[in-house]
Amino acid sequence: MFGSVAFLIIIALSLLIFAVSEPLKYYFTLALLLAGVALSGSWSIDILTGSAPAIELILFRPAHGPGFVLTLDSLSAFFVIVINITVLIGFFYARGYLAPYRQTKQNTRFSIHFFSYFWLWLSMLMVVMLRDGLAFLVAWEIMALSSFFLVIFEAEDRKIMKTGISYLIQMHVGMFFILIAFLLVYRSTGRLSFDALAEYFDGHHNLPLFLLFFVGFAIKAGFVPMHTWLPEAHPAAPSHVSGIMSGVMIKMGIYGIARVLASMQSDLLATGIFILVISIMSGLGGIMMALVQSDMKKMLAYSTIENIGIIGIGLGLGVTGQALGSQSLALLGFAGALLHVFNHSLFKSLLFFNAGSVYYATHTRNMEQMGGLMKKMPWTAMMFLTGSLAICGLPPFNGFISEYLIYMGMFYSLSDATLYISLLMIVAILALSLIGGLALFAFTRAFGIVFLGEARTAAMNHAGETTPGMIIPQVFTVGLILLVGLGSSVVVKPVFNNVMITWGLKGMPMVAGALSYNLSRISLAGGILVVTLGALLLYRRYHLSRRVVEAGPTWGCGYTAITPRHQYTANSFSGNFNVLAKPVLRTGKIVDLPDENELFPGKREFFTRSHDIFRLYLIDLPVNRLSGLLKKIAVMQTGQIRHYILYAFLFMLLVLLLSLFNII
Amino acid sequence: MTGFILIVIAALFFPGIILRTKSIASGRKGPGLFQPLKDIAVLLRKGSVFSISTGLIFRIAPSVALISVAGAMLLLPFSEHKAILHFEGDFIMFAYLLALGKFFMIIAALDTGSSFEGMGASREALYSMLVEPAFFILLATFAMFSSYTSFSVIFNHFYITGNDYVFIYSIIGAYLFVQIAMVENSRLPVDDPKTHLELTMVHEVIILDYSGFDKALIHMATNLKFALYGSLIYNLLVPAGWNTLLKIGAFFGVQTLFAVIIGITESFRARNKMNKNPKFILTLTTIALIAFMVILILTEKLV
Repeated sequence: MFGSVAFLIIIALSLLIFAVSEPLKYYFTLALLLAGVALSGSWSIDILTGSAPAIELILFRPAHGPGFVLTLDSLSAFFVIVINITVLIGFFYARGYLAPYRQTKQNTRFSIHFFSYFWLWLSMLMVVMLRDGLAFLVAWEIMALSSFFLVIFEAEDRKIMKTGISYLIQMHVGMFFILIAFLLVYRSTGRLSFDALAEYFDGHHNLPLFLLFFVGFAIKAGFVPMHTWLPEAHPAAPSHVSGIMSGVMIKMGIYGIARVLASMQSDLLATGIFILVISIMSGLGGIMMALVQSDMKKMLAYSTIENIGIIGIGLGLGVTGQALGSQSLALLGFAGALLHVFNHSLFKSLLFFNAGSVYYATHTRNMEQMGGLMKKMPWTAMMFLTGSLAICGLPPFNGFISEYLIYMGMFYSLSDATLYISLLMIVAILALSLIGGLALFAFTRAFGIVFLGEARTAAMNHAGETTPGMIIPQVFTVGLILLVGLGSSVVVKPVFNNVMITWGLKGMPMVAGALSYNLSRISLAGGILVVTLGALLLYRRYHLSRRVVEAGPTWGCGYTAITPRHQYTANSFSGNFNVLAKPVLRTGKIVDLPDENELFPGKREFFTRSHDIFRLYLIDLPVNRLSGLLKKIAVMQTGQIRHYILYAFLFMLLVLLLSLFNII
Repeated sequence: MTGFILIVIAALFFPGIILRTKSIASGRKGPGLFQPLKDIAVLLRKGSVFSISTGLIFRIAPSVALISVAGAMLLLPFSEHKAILHFEGDFIMFAYLLALGKFFMIIAALDTGSSFEGMGASREALYSMLVEPAFFILLATFAMFSSYTSFSVIFNHFYITGNDYVFIYSIIGAYLFVQIAMVENSRLPVDDPKTHLELTMVHEVIILDYSGFDKALIHMATNLKFALYGSLIYNLLVPAGWNTLLKIGAFFGVQTLFAVIIGITESFRARNKMNKNPKFILTLTTIALIAFMVILILTEKLV
């Protein structure tokens, strides 16, 4: 009871953000966030440690109807932790990031920004805690609106405003799918709630309703081909916002899918295969497109789609495991997916914050203009490196642990699988390993081009390290990444418990026990790696101190007049891949060649660009066809009232005739 | 532990055997068996020159590469002698550890700011990306056939199944490991370590700016990596039931044979055209899929 009152007070106080004067505004919002995080975090920790099975808090309940009742079970609690960590770190980071805007933007804009930030956090908490369908949709809508206001922080820019609007529209398309799905449940069970799903699934085909929910949630999560908003909205938003959007907000889609999956009872195999196919498409498509972007944040946005694909592969395997009655596959698939949700929220937000710091220092997001930034901003560079290593799933970082779990699920299940399941698994293994290799390609490219070598443009020479206020929150994220990477056997236990409770698996301890042994070995290997590396580097230092060490220019292979412009660019780095992936990416060059009779050719520009074929063929093409068709029908819309009366008359005639012949 | 020590010993001879094979095949007197080791010793005595463009990454990358290979060695068994670290799914860690070393070598090349090294880095990234699926599919077939997911157990159970046709599979597996090792170690036909032109290099060009201690580390890592794959091939081909001395003999026999095969390939074959390499490497994945089909038949899932 105390909890819900305190929570309501925090919500009510958020209105005061508009009233508090400028220097205090940030701290006031921070205080509210901290209070809310502490409160919701303590509930979640109670549940995850098993001291309370579920918590129910009544925020508001009218005489009739369900009202706003928060229900925390273990799945919600897990997501609450994920949300709280990243949102809080993002807000600490925002202080430094927003500082340069203080001179140019009005006070009200900051009020709206902070207010939206707070409400985005709040609505995400609500989304994972509300069970009633209507209340859930309200929270879902608030989430879309508040993130919309966050995206359009720089609304002076027409392009950003346009991106924001298109984001808002796509979010609503998703919401309608969820609404329809809920209404179907309501029609047959009389309840509009997640709790009624199990009842509905009991008596009906499961797949159609799941597909409705899936499309709705997948638009938020960014599964291909519902991803089109993502690579536009992430770069447009300020970096702390892109960090939490990519880190946690899209995971609300995953939460929704997981919640629906937990109630499903039949059609599991078809569902599993469906999710796997979509996820493999997202994973491969996402990372391939990430590999050819030269906008740093757009590249990270596409890599988000890839990671959603990996999470989806985990979920798909989990459902397949349930369908086959294979407890180990179900546990490992779901646990891998959930852990990857957490891991991705850490390293992707970190990478977005780093990209923000680079933008802060250089005022550009174009990788082709960067280079040599590690010398200027060593902290940011080291953190971007950590994030890159983690996102490639390399040991001893956290990404490895979740990918390991997903791989293990597949390898375990191979030996006694039937022919078709074996084929399915081998395709998934093929895809996952290819995704891993492509991620390595994409992130060596991003890190190498941005931070290493020499500055490609003079503008980079003025760049400098960001403020400690921006670095310290990121160091905290790095700490968490290492904690999960090296202490995985401990971290994974609550995740296993969570999966067992949420999906009602039984007989798990044996596989789980074996796994925590394996994970402890992985931690040991990671530890050995770190210690021996440290020792070798120390010896190296000692060794070099006794030898002559000189500095000289990079070996130019016989060519002596090298300028930084000669360096390999981001585009040339991925050039050989571009050739290979041409059928998918449709990379094309736009060159305007000099005329034959142009004696003194002037300055010319050269572009390469690639396409998002999923968008091109699955979204743009049908939409264009449809709007072409609708334009033809629009001939009827003459604007003259007599025509409309004629239409009404014809319609009534039609109804008359049809009923005369007993057709309707 | 045995596996670890044997790999280190094999790595001492490995590059020398390749060199000897190549000089004999081309009718030269050639350097001695221990010349590569002497080269490393010389490098260790020398000082270093670092490019002014480079920073921390360039300096730590060779150490990371060596440690990652050494870490992968910890996971390899020697017949029934288990590896120092063994757990289910250790081969996933094996692959990712090697990838870690590669990650650092690639970004180290970009750290020099040289266009040639950038080009080499890009090729290296592409080839290691393409070869990854072949390795994972091969290991998936091991896991499927033996029902185990750890190097230390998989190979022991290989010949116990009593299926006489396992031999066919072992040959395909060994062939794939040889090819994967060639790609991973940047040897012919994907890359030619002896080429003189930077434009045609892959691995050699990304280590162009290294000297002294760091270069010695890179050579050590390369040699160990060869012996690492040799050890995998040995484990695949030789049943655990043999007598220990015989097995140690077989181990060095397999390693020598592996080195001789590399030497002979390099003597009689030209490097692929650069733009043919992706096709060549993807063929390995296809062969791995064929190995998967073989296993489907052996386990009687497919007729």
